[in-house]
Order: sequence, then C-alpha cells, then structure tokens
Amino acid sequence: MTLVEYCRIVILPVLAFSVILILIRFFRGPSIADRIVALDLLITTGIGIIGVYTITSGSSTLLDTGMILALIAFLSTVALSYYLERRSKKK
Amino acid sequence: MNIFIGVIITLGTLFVLLAAVGLIRMPDTYLRISVNTKAATLGVGLLLGGVAFYFYDLSTTSRTFVIVLFLFLTAPVGAHLIGRASYFIGNKLWDKSKMDDLQGKYQKNSHVLKSEIDDTPEDNVDHTKM
Repeated sequence: MTLVEYCRIVILPVLAFSVILILIRFFRGPSIADRIVALDLLITTGIGIIGVYTITSGSSTLLDTGMILALIAFLSTVALSYYLERRSKKK
Repeated sequence: MNIFIGVIITLGTLFVLLAAVGLIRMPDTYLRISVNTKAATLGVGLLLGGVAFYFYDLSTTSRTFVIVLFLFLTAPVGAHLIGRASYFIGNKLWDKSKMDDLQGKYQKNSHVLKSEIDDTPEDNVDHTKM
C-alpha cells in the first residue's frame, strides 16, 4: 500500500468521522460559546483535510485556501466573542 | 521516508480524532476550549508537517510553515477571548470542578478584573449562585 492509498483509505475517513463528531457538538451545544468553539475546531480540521487532500491529489495549490481558512477562523472567533461579550456588558 | 511521513500523518489524525471525541465527551465549555486549543492544533501541525515532508520543496514548505505559525499564534488568543466571553455570559463550571479562581474578581458591569475578591453586591459575578 503506497502512501497515497493509505491517505485515501485510512486517513481521510477518520478525519471525516471526526468532522461528524464535531458537527454533533455544533448542533447540540448548550450555549452559544460551545457552538463557536465547535466552529473553530471544524475549520481547523478542515485545514488538516486540505493538507491530506494535497497529498492524495499531488498538487499543492490548495494550501493557499488553508491559509485563508486559518485567517478566517481566527477572525470569526474574535468577532463572535467580541459581540458575545458586549451583549452581556451594561454601561 | 514514506514510512516516516505515514507515522507523522497517523499521529496527527489521531490527535484530531481525539480532539473531536473530547469535544463530544467533555462536560464543560472551558474544558472544550482546552481540547480545541491544544489537541487539534498539535494534530493539524503534524498533518501539515507530513505534507511539507512529502513534497519537499521550498514553496510548499513555506506555505505549510506559514499556516502552522499562524495557527500556533492565534489559538491561545482565540481561546482566551472565547473563554472570557463565555465566563461573562454566565456559563457554569462543571459541578465537580474544585475551585473557581476568578470567582468574585471580574466586575459584572464594567468587566474589569480585580486581583482581590470585591464583595460589593450586584457588581461581581458569582458562578455558584447564578
């Protein structure tokens, strides 16, 4: 079994299963902070999937998308927590 | 070389899977934040390291290095911000947690952190009676 087959048969299904687990927490989360954490972890796992897909497809073009996704994940976490904190703040 | 890349990628996938299981199993928002910021960051870092060793040229290595550096820099900041926000909106700690170090130190209205417990009524967050 070559490395590409190993990535396609073993690694990618395990990562997809972990995405399903994170989505369960995203839909079930008791508070909105849990949903934000799940969203952040979802994008981080997506960057990992992009890395493994780069190995299976053989071209490293998609890594730029991973860079943008890392930036967007940090930005969305900061913005959502900022508004979440301001909502509970009284003058 | 392929065996080494396979070992690195397997370790990274294992860490990402454990982070997902921990996100399901952890009883508390703060413990879930800790899972998110430690295990998942290490897992994705290992996966991207495997990608850098697989291609073994300058452009791919620099891009994966930038992604990993950005993740390692922003994960603690994001975890701190979301933990602070979830403390203010009143998420309770796990009921088997031993102690709450911030109890009564964050002012509820002005969001200022004091270093000693300030017992003025209606101005400090008390997570045991909320």
